[in-house]
Amino acid sequence: MSVTIRIPAALKAYAGDGKEVEVAAGTLGEALDRLVERHPALRPHLYDERGALRNFVNAYVNEDDARALGGPRAPIRDGDTITIVPSIAGGTGAAHDGRGETLVEEPQNLAEAMHARSRDVTLSAQEIRRYSRHLIMPEVGMEGQRRLKAARILCVGAGGLGSPLGLYLAAAGVGTIGIVDFDVVDETNLQRQVLHGTRDVGRPKIASARDRLLDINPNIEVIGHETPLTSQNALEILEPYDVVIDGTDNFPTRYLVNDACVLLGKPNVYGSIFRFEGQLSVFHAKEGPCYRCLFREPPPPGLVPSCAEGGVLGVLPGIVGTLQALEGIKLILGRGDAMIGRLLLFDALALRFRELKVRKDPSCPVCGTAPTIRGLIDYEEFCGIPQAHASEAAELSGVPELTATELKRRLDRGDALTIIDVREPHEWDIANLEPYGARLIPLGAIPERMNELSTAEEIVLHCRSGARSAKALRQLREAGFRRLWNLKGGVLAWSDEVDDTVPRY
Amino acid sequence: MIRIAAALLEEIRHAVRHGYPEEVCGVLLGPVSARDRIVLRVVPVANAREEERARRYLIPAERLREIESTAQRDGLDIVGFYHSHPDHPAIPSGYDRDHAWPWYTYLIVSVSAGNGTVTRAWRLADDRSALQEEEILEETS
Repeated sequence: MSVTIRIPAALKAYAGDGKEVEVAAGTLGEALDRLVERHPALRPHLYDERGALRNFVNAYVNEDDARALGGPRAPIRDGDTITIVPSIAGGTGAAHDGRGETLVEEPQNLAEAMHARSRDVTLSAQEIRRYSRHLIMPEVGMEGQRRLKAARILCVGAGGLGSPLGLYLAAAGVGTIGIVDFDVVDETNLQRQVLHGTRDVGRPKIASARDRLLDINPNIEVIGHETPLTSQNALEILEPYDVVIDGTDNFPTRYLVNDACVLLGKPNVYGSIFRFEGQLSVFHAKEGPCYRCLFREPPPPGLVPSCAEGGVLGVLPGIVGTLQALEGIKLILGRGDAMIGRLLLFDALALRFRELKVRKDPSCPVCGTAPTIRGLIDYEEFCGIPQAHASEAAELSGVPELTATELKRRLDRGDALTIIDVREPHEWDIANLEPYGARLIPLGAIPERMNELSTAEEIVLHCRSGARSAKALRQLREAGFRRLWNLKGGVLAWSDEVDDTVPRY
Repeated sequence: MIRIAAALLEEIRHAVRHGYPEEVCGVLLGPVSARDRIVLRVVPVANAREEERARRYLIPAERLREIESTAQRDGLDIVGFYHSHPDHPAIPSGYDRDHAWPWYTYLIVSVSAGNGTVTRAWRLADDRSALQEEEILEETS
């Protein structure tokens, strides 16, 4: 029996640009089967992954809604016309049910959503073998492992925290791992960033992370976002993910990730590290406090040094990042007590964990009862970064500078110059200009030890890169010294321009 | 790119603010034959969802057939839809993507506590993987 199927304008391009298609069929179901056999590009738009007709696809036989005629079993007579009519649905809400069930109860929280989505995935025999140590625990089991496979987790940063995090999420079988990073692997990263190897130095971190994660588990998908996370792109990048894990090392990005997660209703697994101390929490504004409830405003720039400035024990991000992976996996499994409303403090030297309660702040500007932040803001500005750059530039202006090359030329000429290194003794041990007569007076000791210097001498001050020695220069100038120079770029510039046997650090 | 008169866009924004905190939805009509996608008429539709109206909207097929047949008498066709995201950014949710049709333009208007709105337009990728942003040209003459 021949029937005519009318194709809606939206689908014409997938049906060879035709408005109507003639097929032979006895029922509505058969007619639609014939249609997608002839035009396979239509299939994903009409049927879901399980082969069921999408619930927003409606069919009419002549003028009657096919649902009243028996759905796919509706009989078709010769000369009938089938019309495909869309219904249009959508809305906000982070829950992805992925099943297109518009009219059924929709899962409200992550655990329910993951339960629903776990039904859409299957594990192969090979995957069942691989994950057997998970599967034999009833707390994970087949459903838990399918939840992990259906899960989408975003790691912000592929550095110290992102390394163990990515490794364990991949090994655990998290189906989609997103990574935001635009850095390249540097030799100084290798002491802690175990995602990357020596041969990766100079490669984009995204590339070496992808290689490493897919080597651990080829069953997963790794999505690289090789871009800085900004107010312009954060909502779009974060939106498809179920859980966001923050492995950033700076305040602007940390506030950006927090605010974006609050606006999108997503849990944010927070971790941070400094020298020998770490912090961990889960911020999920729907169920508890957010990062701003804990830290309303960032510290002034420079007060809290970054890992690059202050250092970090290599194994510390290994511990904190692994805890973040644990929390992310617990959220997906819906098992245990998440770190929501709790802040974990870890002291590596004392080997001590402490826990603080964090309460939701009703006056929080982003997740409180009357929020004033309803969209993403300029986080560099909020954290005072441009202002700090300006004051740093002002501090350096008016400071007489000598380049490393000029200094070397004057020393070779035999000029009498006193070189004062204002760094710390442990830095002196790494690299110093002792062969050129340098002496060590740490910045903090300048006021009490300036009597060791004479205003008659011509003095060159240096540190690692030039900022601390500029401070020392101002102190000496205020004390009446006049013949002062700051070594531009510090000992790093000396290593670059004059003597590359002086190690860089 | 989708072209729309500023007055029509303002009509949508007004409806969205008026309907807050519930989701507001409607249909965009224009000539399909035109080289550019142009919206010439906006048809507000009552949200057919009975529950969760602050985060879900539904335009049933029956209602869409009526709108389509009325429009076709004037030589117009359905070129897309608009809906609001109360207290949520103007980017498609996973739910929007899962329920999206190809080809149509989805105009999303974010609205917060009756305040300012942000309007962005989106179209489904062929492989249904994402809704891709489409430029909006607001015409003011």
